[in-house]
Amino acid sequence: MDWLAHHLGQYNYWVAIFLMMTGFYTVISRGNLVKQIVGLNIFQTSVFILYISLSNVEGGAAPIVREGVKLFSNPLPHVLILTAIVVGVATTALGLALTVRIREAYGSIEEDDIRAKDDAL
Amino acid sequence: MEQLIVSVLLAFLAATAVAVIRLHNLFTVVMLFGVYSLLSASVFLIMDAGDVAFTEAAVGAGITTVLMLSTVALTGARVRRRKGRARTLLPLALVSLTGLALVWGTLDLPSYGDPDAPIHHHVAPRYIEQSPVEIGIPNMVASILASYRGFDTLGEVTVVFTAGLGVLLLLGGRRKRGEDDEG
Amino acid sequence: MSRDPVLKVTAKFLIPLIMLFALYVQFHGEYSPGGGFQAGVIFASAIILYGLVFGVEQARQVLPLAFMVRQAAAGVLLFGGVGVVSLLRGGEYLNYNLLAADPVAGQHLGIILVELGVGLTVTAVMVIIFFAFAGRGRD
Repeated sequence: MDWLAHHLGQYNYWVAIFLMMTGFYTVISRGNLVKQIVGLNIFQTSVFILYISLSNVEGGAAPIVREGVKLFSNPLPHVLILTAIVVGVATTALGLALTVRIREAYGSIEEDDIRAKDDAL
Repeated sequence: MEQLIVSVLLAFLAATAVAVIRLHNLFTVVMLFGVYSLLSASVFLIMDAGDVAFTEAAVGAGITTVLMLSTVALTGARVRRRKGRARTLLPLALVSLTGLALVWGTLDLPSYGDPDAPIHHHVAPRYIEQSPVEIGIPNMVASILASYRGFDTLGEVTVVFTAGLGVLLLLGGRRKRGEDDEG
Repeated sequence: MSRDPVLKVTAKFLIPLIMLFALYVQFHGEYSPGGGFQAGVIFASAIILYGLVFGVEQARQVLPLAFMVRQAAAGVLLFGGVGVVSLLRGGEYLNYNLLAADPVAGQHLGIILVELGVGLTVTAVMVIIFFAFAGRGRD
């Protein structure tokens, strides 16, 4: 059971990297702007998963002081990821606002159409 | 046991992410993103990160999904299918290369859940021991967020405020159906 | 924007509960998971629910955009102001120990005020962003 737990734990990191690469692939290979923003968010969230799994302690509890708990998970990465989540939503909102304005200016949110219209100018 | 649950949830996450790549209707893509965010919040919760799970569920599955749906309502929900294998081979190669490099990097990482990992040895024990004494509130994440790392939180609030201003500048001029008053 | 009476009645029932829960998360954030960011987002989602069910125009009348922008600025000002008060009392910026007679009480006061500032700003900004997106017409 220990051997299984140890190896499943290492697989945590690898699945997080797989998710990162999925998001990355969505950004570089798809032309739709909203899909690219969704891919960026997937990338971001998978980085958070990697970080939080680094901060987990075997047998530890959530970092809230209470009776009878001696071992805590590391609270510092939690704080950093909290900030990162909120900053992420701020940049996503700005990205989506820009997408709406691009749609109004070019009539489409596909990269090929936008590039064609720019080249035609 | 909890490691098994996390593994199952991560498998669901991987399936959702792959589905997002392949779908062609933006409405479905955004809904799957909401599912992805909620599953991530569950993973955070099982990994003992309560505050982070709370924030990810509220912000990711809540606000971001609503904003993306509003955008899709304004821009249309269809995604064009791109033809050509060259368009997928080069990105696939790049992504595989990056992924392999990262996996090679993780071989040096400490074991998952190891209490002797270097990350738990420098500043974190000081916060865990001194927070009940110096600050006195039970939630250590709140004490680090608001007091020990207060400057970061000030920067974060400023970033959120700036994003609000930015969106207001970009989309605030009222443009209703049938009107065309600004460029 | 819905004429469906079930949606309207359910929303009217739920929105005050959501707001109450948001206030609980805000002020109980020192004892359990929570704090300014989560509370701000939950409160904003109550307002967004109101906007979705009763119409964005009506929501904008209840909470005008100018008021929301001022609330966002007030939150950041509150946070920064707590630091300035510490400066005026002779210490470093954002040193909460100097805010009250006893350092631990000062920390408590500082954290409550700072989280309140964060909650105010996050609520206002989320509502502003939603109104900006929802009020934009489609061509």
